[in-house]
Amino acid sequence: MTTATMGIQNAFDVEARRRDFPILATKVAGRPLVYLDNAASSQKPNQVLDAITSYYREKHSNVHRGVHYLAQQATEAYEAARDTVAAHLGARDRHEVVFVRGTTEAINLVAQSYARPQLQSGDEILITQLEHHSNIVPWQMVCEQTGAKLVVAPLDEDGQLRLDAFAECLGARTRIVSLAHVSNALGTILPVAEVVRLAHAQGAVVMVDGAQAAPHMQLDVAALDCDFYAVSAHKAYGPTGIGALWGRRELLDAMPPYQGGGEMIRRVTFAATEFAEAPARFEAGTPNIAGAVGMAAAFDYLNAVGLEAIRQHEAELLAYATERIAQVPGIIPIGTAPDKASVVSFLVEGIHAHDVGTILDGQGVAVRVGHHCAQPLMDSLGIAATARASLGLYNTRQEIDALVEGLDRVRELFA
Amino acid sequence: MNDLRGLYQEIILDHYKRPRHHGVATGANREAEGFNPLCGDKVKVTLAMKDGTIEDVAFEGEGCAISTASASLMTEALHGKTEAEARELFQRFRQLLTGGEVVDEEELGKLAALSGVRDYPMRVKCATLAWHTLQAALDKADDAVSTE
Repeated sequence: MTTATMGIQNAFDVEARRRDFPILATKVAGRPLVYLDNAASSQKPNQVLDAITSYYREKHSNVHRGVHYLAQQATEAYEAARDTVAAHLGARDRHEVVFVRGTTEAINLVAQSYARPQLQSGDEILITQLEHHSNIVPWQMVCEQTGAKLVVAPLDEDGQLRLDAFAECLGARTRIVSLAHVSNALGTILPVAEVVRLAHAQGAVVMVDGAQAAPHMQLDVAALDCDFYAVSAHKAYGPTGIGALWGRRELLDAMPPYQGGGEMIRRVTFAATEFAEAPARFEAGTPNIAGAVGMAAAFDYLNAVGLEAIRQHEAELLAYATERIAQVPGIIPIGTAPDKASVVSFLVEGIHAHDVGTILDGQGVAVRVGHHCAQPLMDSLGIAATARASLGLYNTRQEIDALVEGLDRVRELFA
Repeated sequence: MNDLRGLYQEIILDHYKRPRHHGVATGANREAEGFNPLCGDKVKVTLAMKDGTIEDVAFEGEGCAISTASASLMTEALHGKTEAEARELFQRFRQLLTGGEVVDEEELGKLAALSGVRDYPMRVKCATLAWHTLQAALDKADDAVSTE
């Protein structure tokens, strides 16, 4: 799909973009919905919804095996989606893109198929203090299975990774480094390219959790020089239940399959099975074809709107939100790194985050409250929960004003 | 805002800001800890039981206004109740929150202040956390810590 066919102009027009998202017309408690929970899951534009619907209405069958017309249409749609995703991630080779359920499955796949067969007792896996549970638990499981050790690199007081401390955590036994590109709880953008340089110098392989980066920035695995990169479609305006793992071809080709089944074989007898090459080797069973089509449509949408335009819009909104929220008495910002995606996490003094969330909801403002699936991070900050406003391309300054007004009501009610 | 006042009634805000029986029950011989994985809130309930009657009950831990006020109101309601009466009260309190059956709010006394939670299904767990923990403490009768 080209920019012209999507009818999107070059100049960023937030009101026009809002019209792409039918759900934004929802009323909550009689007020217009103010959706500030994009880091949990973003809403979907018509361009994505239409792509999924037309796939089912016009092209659907199973992929890769049938010889009939629709089997061909479905296979082409699925593989074209792989091309779009590969190009969007900056992959050199389309065979390096594996469709998965999401970032969580991508990390589990790498943990079980790449890490588990080669880890020895005493080897180390290095992560950071701000990781989402999905980038902690799969590694803990593989540590349990192999006797490897999980090492955690600390943050500075603004919530940024301390590169000096990270370098000290890297050792001769570090086999894998796995870190978020962008923190879901704090918004911090991590210095992935530097981390990769340091890790490669020690001979470690680097996996990047890009779930929170995909909606905000141009992805480029070649520029980052990482070894694995994972994304979920649903945080980047695409459907749920689909994501992609990018991995270096030589690494993927050397890995055993993740699950067994159809699609992932070259030849099966009851005595033995010869596995297909990557990526088919890792895509057992009928894939989420419509999901892949929707994911590609979401990336097309991001490119048509323009990731640079989105970045600028979100940077302005983030600056405005940070300033306005800080002016509310009793607000304690959590996560103040200079390099951040559009996420504002905060505490309201004396009021639990869950109460803040409920009262804001009463005014139509949707924020996320809780530990954001980063309990170890919350423990290290000495807090149980924060309120988090995460901004997307369709959010406006008026919506930030509604949030601030909502926070005034929170304080009023608890006064 | 009116709807929110139904949830955050004065009595709830009062018990949130000044929780009653916060600490450890005098002569405690049963205890249990409760955890709400949704928000990370933790609560510990201690009981002093004598001849099947709750002589003292207290709670520790910090949580949201709903869970703290509910724990505080629970401790007030339980003093002098028998084990069976305490369990019965929890059943009726739970019915009040889930709206399954008509509950005589007068019988529940101050606990009825939490009826607004009915309209917020995501918050029912906040209001019942202390009660579930109480139930666990009562269930642990056989292997409970004894100070006697």
